[in-house]
Amino acid sequence: MSFFDRLFERDGKKLKSEERRRLLRSAVAAGVFTGLSMLGFIPIVRRWRERLRPPGAIAEHEFLAACIKCGQCVQVCPVQAIHLADIDEGYGIGTPFLDARKQGCDFSCDAVQCVLACPTGALSHDISAKEQVRMGVARLAGPDRCLARQGRGFKGAARGEHSNILHRYMSVNRWKPIELAEHPYDLELCDLCVRECPINGAITLEKLTDDASDKRRTPVVHQSCVGCGFCETICPAEPAAIVVDARAVWPAQQGA
Amino acid sequence: MGRLLDNLAVMLGRAPRKPAFLTPAAQREFARQNSKEGKADRKRRIAEEREENYRSHFWRNWRWISIVVINLLFVLSYRADIQLVEGALTASRFVGFHMADVNSALQVMLAYKHVVINLVIGTSTVVFIWWLVGGRSFCAWACPYHLLGEWAEMLHLWLARRGLAKDHQFHRGLRTALYVVFAALAVVTGYTVFEVISPVGILSRAFTYGASLALIWVGVLLLIEVFYSRRFWCRYICPIGMTYGFVGATAPVTVTYDLANCLHEGKCRDVCMVPHVLEMTKIGYADDVRINIGADCTRCGMCVEVCPSKALTFDIKGLNKLL
Repeated sequence: MSFFDRLFERDGKKLKSEERRRLLRSAVAAGVFTGLSMLGFIPIVRRWRERLRPPGAIAEHEFLAACIKCGQCVQVCPVQAIHLADIDEGYGIGTPFLDARKQGCDFSCDAVQCVLACPTGALSHDISAKEQVRMGVARLAGPDRCLARQGRGFKGAARGEHSNILHRYMSVNRWKPIELAEHPYDLELCDLCVRECPINGAITLEKLTDDASDKRRTPVVHQSCVGCGFCETICPAEPAAIVVDARAVWPAQQGA
Repeated sequence: MGRLLDNLAVMLGRAPRKPAFLTPAAQREFARQNSKEGKADRKRRIAEEREENYRSHFWRNWRWISIVVINLLFVLSYRADIQLVEGALTASRFVGFHMADVNSALQVMLAYKHVVINLVIGTSTVVFIWWLVGGRSFCAWACPYHLLGEWAEMLHLWLARRGLAKDHQFHRGLRTALYVVFAALAVVTGYTVFEVISPVGILSRAFTYGASLALIWVGVLLLIEVFYSRRFWCRYICPIGMTYGFVGATAPVTVTYDLANCLHEGKCRDVCMVPHVLEMTKIGYADDVRINIGADCTRCGMCVEVCPSKALTFDIKGLNKLL
């Protein structure tokens, strides 16, 4: 018998005080568990992370409500771009996100498989083509690092020999994405973000000056950008010269 | 109907009551048991069974296999690409058909304030299947946390026997209160608040998609169960269990109590996770000679295994009449 049990035991009154303590303990537990579950608010309110959501994700607040945290979108992605958030993201626990630098979406599934997999419409079923997707907007965050702006080319594997980033090359295998490391480049002027952008015309390389002998070019993001993040994935500069702003909408803060 | 409401009330937290009226059959049976010969007979049978020290793990073994297989199917569907049940316990596709956990679907619809048609389809299937096999049989036969909880319970009982741990009980109304709180929080905040502390979703996702920090929380819950309160989560907190309790309130698969075989030793209540459903096994608490165990029963079969006189058995309602 513990010290506390002895402390509370009095002849004949034991049962009653035990009952009282049981109720008190239950009330405390109710408070503690309600409180603990409310801690999930903190990362949401503080906006610790603005996550890049998979294609078709509805507005963030609704998205967190509608997502049933099952990860079916994770399973169908051919480039394994989707991960599930951990408990440190509060009510975002179990919700899917992409880390564009590690692996953006290149739409190599063609038919937005993650959207089709979603049982709740947290990834809106209104999306049927990649051009309709709005995940964010790309932005040239580090113009000084951009190889094209320096007039430089690029030779080798886009993200190094050891990356396991996947990308589908139509010319190699229409049905199976391969690792970037298996597909080295030899470019006179680096245009990887433009060349591998899954959306036609979402990024273009534009002249920096009117001088015809000036090789330098700058990537310009256009309104058709869907924010898939693949330009950030493939950018050989470290850290990436071009990044995607999750959830950003056009007109984004361009020309930074 | 009265019995059903009573079962639900007990599940929600009301203490089980001694019945005011006994059926004539029950009265006759108690009279027999309380007669001189009846008492002598009971004493003899108790002595016999104690000597025999009968204990089976038949149902437990099948149950553990069931939990492992169900959860392994989820994992292998992704990891080994067998694509049988894709997703997690919260929602999945079983060979293409939508399946959704009733409680998760409920939380989503309360938070999202939309009737999601896939979830309605998914839950209808799931509700029907689990209604058929007994509602809370989800807990005992599918839930991965239940298995961990069982192991934690074994450890707790081992420690308790040595005086190193003590079971602190809570009022069972706690689960009902939290059920309302989580439903209300989902509606008011628009977030699926419960998911953040649900060890079931956390475990199911961790198995399939890899370890997460959230597993620490599951560890904390297990520590509470080992050292502080026996089967704390499943007994006093988990709204999933209560949702399935409602689902299975009228289920055909039940554990049935047979008064005539009962020696009133209370072994079943000692092993049971929800002993309030076995109140009728106390002397004078059964109002009939055959009673189906109430809604909160997880159909785990531990009482069936431990009962030396087959007073508790699995039964399928109506099947006896059909055969």
